[in-house]
Formats: sequence, C-alpha cells, structure tokens
Amino acid sequence: MLRKALLFISLISWSVHAHCGSLYEDLGGREGIATVVDNFITEISFDPSIYPFFSKTNVPRLREKLEEQFCMLSGGPCEYTGDTMEKVHTGMHISSAEFNRTVELLQSAMDDAGVPFTTQNRLIRLLAPLREEIIRR
Amino acid sequence: MPWAVMSGYADEGETAAGAFYTAVDVQDFRLRVTGVTLSYDNRVEVSAAQQAFEIKGVAGDIRQEIFSAKVRVAGDLIYGSMPQIATGVQFKNLLDGDIAEAVGADAADAGMDGYVSFTRLHLGAVGGYNLLWNLSLRATKANQMGLLGYGGDENAGYQLMPEASVAVLLDNGLAVGGEYRQKPDNLSAFSEDDFMDIFIAWFPNKQVNLTLAWADLGSIAGSEKQSGLYASLSAFFY
Ligand code: HEM
Repeated sequence: MLRKALLFISLISWSVHAHCGSLYEDLGGREGIATVVDNFITEISFDPSIYPFFSKTNVPRLREKLEEQFCMLSGGPCEYTGDTMEKVHTGMHISSAEFNRTVELLQSAMDDAGVPFTTQNRLIRLLAPLREEIIRR
Repeated sequence: MPWAVMSGYADEGETAAGAFYTAVDVQDFRLRVTGVTLSYDNRVEVSAAQQAFEIKGVAGDIRQEIFSAKVRVAGDLIYGSMPQIATGVQFKNLLDGDIAEAVGADAADAGMDGYVSFTRLHLGAVGGYNLLWNLSLRATKANQMGLLGYGGDENAGYQLMPEASVAVLLDNGLAVGGEYRQKPDNLSAFSEDDFMDIFIAWFPNKQVNLTLAWADLGSIAGSEKQSGLYASLSAFFY
C-alpha cells in the first residue's frame, strides 16, 4: 500500500516536472533571453521614473550581465560574471515603488517577447529573493 | 472581506483614493454598498461605507454606516519570509435598528469589529500561475454583518470568526477564487449561516477593478437558502 502510494506520488511529481520543462528552455534559451533583455533595456530607456538611474550606465555591459544572470538563474549553461546585486545597487537608494515599476517593465519586456504568463512568473519568482539586496541601499 | 493588502496601489510615500459600489442580489434580499477609501504609504487605510439592505417587497431599507481603519504591521505580500499582516477596526452604526431590536439583538444601534489579516502571493506556485491567499480572524458580535444588530439572546459577547480566501491569477489582470466566511449565530429567532462565494476578479488597469461572484449566504432572517449574484466595482483616482 505504502509502496503504491509512493510510486503514485513520484509519478505525479515526475509528470509535473516533465510538464514544466526547464525555465531556460521555456524562456527560449540564449536567444529568447537576449530578446527579453533587449526589450527590457528599451522599456527602461522610455520610462521617466526608472531611466534616470541608468543615464550613465554602460549599456553593452548591462545587457551582457543581465543575459548571464537570467540564463544562470533559469538553469541555463552560463555563469554570471557581474558584480553582486548589493554592490551594484548600493548608493542608488532604490525605493520599493521603483523596484515594483522595474518588475513591471520586465513583465512588458517578456510580454513583447511572447513569453507566456506562467513562464514570466517563474522567472520573477527567482528574482524576488534579490530584492533585499537591491532596494533601500 | 478584510485583506492585509491596502486599497489601491499606493506604494511607500504614495496615496491612493478610490470609491466602490457593491450589489448583492439573492432570492429575498438585496444589499447595496457605496463607499470611499483612502490609503497612504502602503501602510494605512481608512474607509467609509454605507450599506442599504432591502427586504424585497417590503418598503424601507435597513441602512448601516461602516467606518474602518487598517494598518499594515508586518511582512510583505510577495517579498521576504513573512506574509503581509494587517490589523483593523470597523465601527458600525445601524441607522435603522427597529428590526434588530424586534428580533432580540443585544444592541441595535452600534457595534465594533476588530480583525487581523494575513495575505500572501506565491509567484508561479501552481503550474506557473500565481497563488493568492488570505486568512483573517475577526472578533465580532455582528448579526448578519450588523444589519440585524450586535449580539443576541444566545450570545452577547465577542467571538473569533475565521475568514479565508484563495485565488489564482490567470494573467496580470484576471483572478478566480473562492472565499469562506464564518459568522456568529447569536439570535434564537433566526439561525445564521456562514457565507461562501466563488469569484472572478478583473483588473484591466490600476484604476479599475470589477469582481463578480456567486454567493451562498445561507439562511438570512428566517429565509432559507439565500444565494445569488455579487458584483463589485471599484475605481481609484490617485
Ligand atoms: C530584480 C531586479 C533587478 C535585477 C535582477 C538587477 C540586476 C542587475 C544587473 C545584473 C546589473 C549589472 C551588474 C554589473 O554590471 O556587474 C545591474 C545594474 C544596474 N541596475 Fe539593476 N537589477 C534589478 C533592479 C534594479 C532596479 C529596481 C534599479 C533602479 C531603479 C536598478 C538599477 C541598476 C543600475 C542603474 C545599474 C547599472 C549600474 C552601473 O551603471 O554600473 N536595478 N542590475
């Protein structure tokens, strides 16, 4: 009985896993992530409340580091070579409203890239724990 | 239904002001609620509402005013390790207390509820969809939310009533869910049931929210099996 139950549970979790696929693949791999990051940077550059933070930023570097970070977090074959979130965002005094706005810009970037809502949620879920290292510093 | 989230989308340092209108239509009754709400800093919220409860075929509504204040005390809806926790009070003024008096309510003029609410959104929790839940504990004496007064011959004191909701966000502007609300049963004249509903909520933008629900309100003032449609519209102007 117990063995049957365990088998059943492992079958369920297997099918759930099989259904989800790796987030990296669902984001469209390296190419899909590049599109998302491109759109994200465009969204930022048109947003009057967020753009000022980036007015002196080296955009090619930002693009590269974001691509690496999203790729690594989503389980792709990359290594993040940028600075720590804490180090990068310290001194910017980013408010929680500005953080939320930036997440919205990322969501529109993913909308424009055709990333499904459920895949968007899974990426944002991985970014959420970084918030404490980013805001109010 | 008190949640630990503040009305509107006011973040730190921001203000949100809004108005809402709710109508519930069941077999023998109709309830209309009109109100205004103001929140600041994602921290405090005050609101004022008037309920008009109509007994179909009988002239004269039962009106009740509700003044509420709520403060977020800890946690966060999405981030960190703790759910968002808020606590609030509702002062209720029964403007038409004749029926409450007639059915044996302990008080037919005014009452107060206090509550604590826990709310959390889990990103991507169900097959990638976001899951939202709320649990509230309300200390109340109210009979049918206060429309039949506060306290009664069977129980005149405060009781702790749990209220729970769960919803799944189907996309950025659409949620479906259900709610269960335990209620006191203070009057020997009428038995009172718990409320439950299933709802669909639409947020086309940050200014507007439309919620439709099918509500099962049980026995109300001697009329059994009251159920029907619930509709609520809120609009926010910053
Ligand atoms: C989940 C949210 C966020 C993530 C994952 C994130 C990630 C990153 C990454 C990977 C970099 C590049 C690091 C490097 O160059 O070594 C970066 C840089 C930067 N971030 Fe963020 N960030 C987030 C939120 C924000 C927010 C909310 C703001 C401001 C409103 C912001 C402002 C900046 C700026 C201005 C830079 C460039 C710094 C420079 O010019 O050197 N970030 N971020």
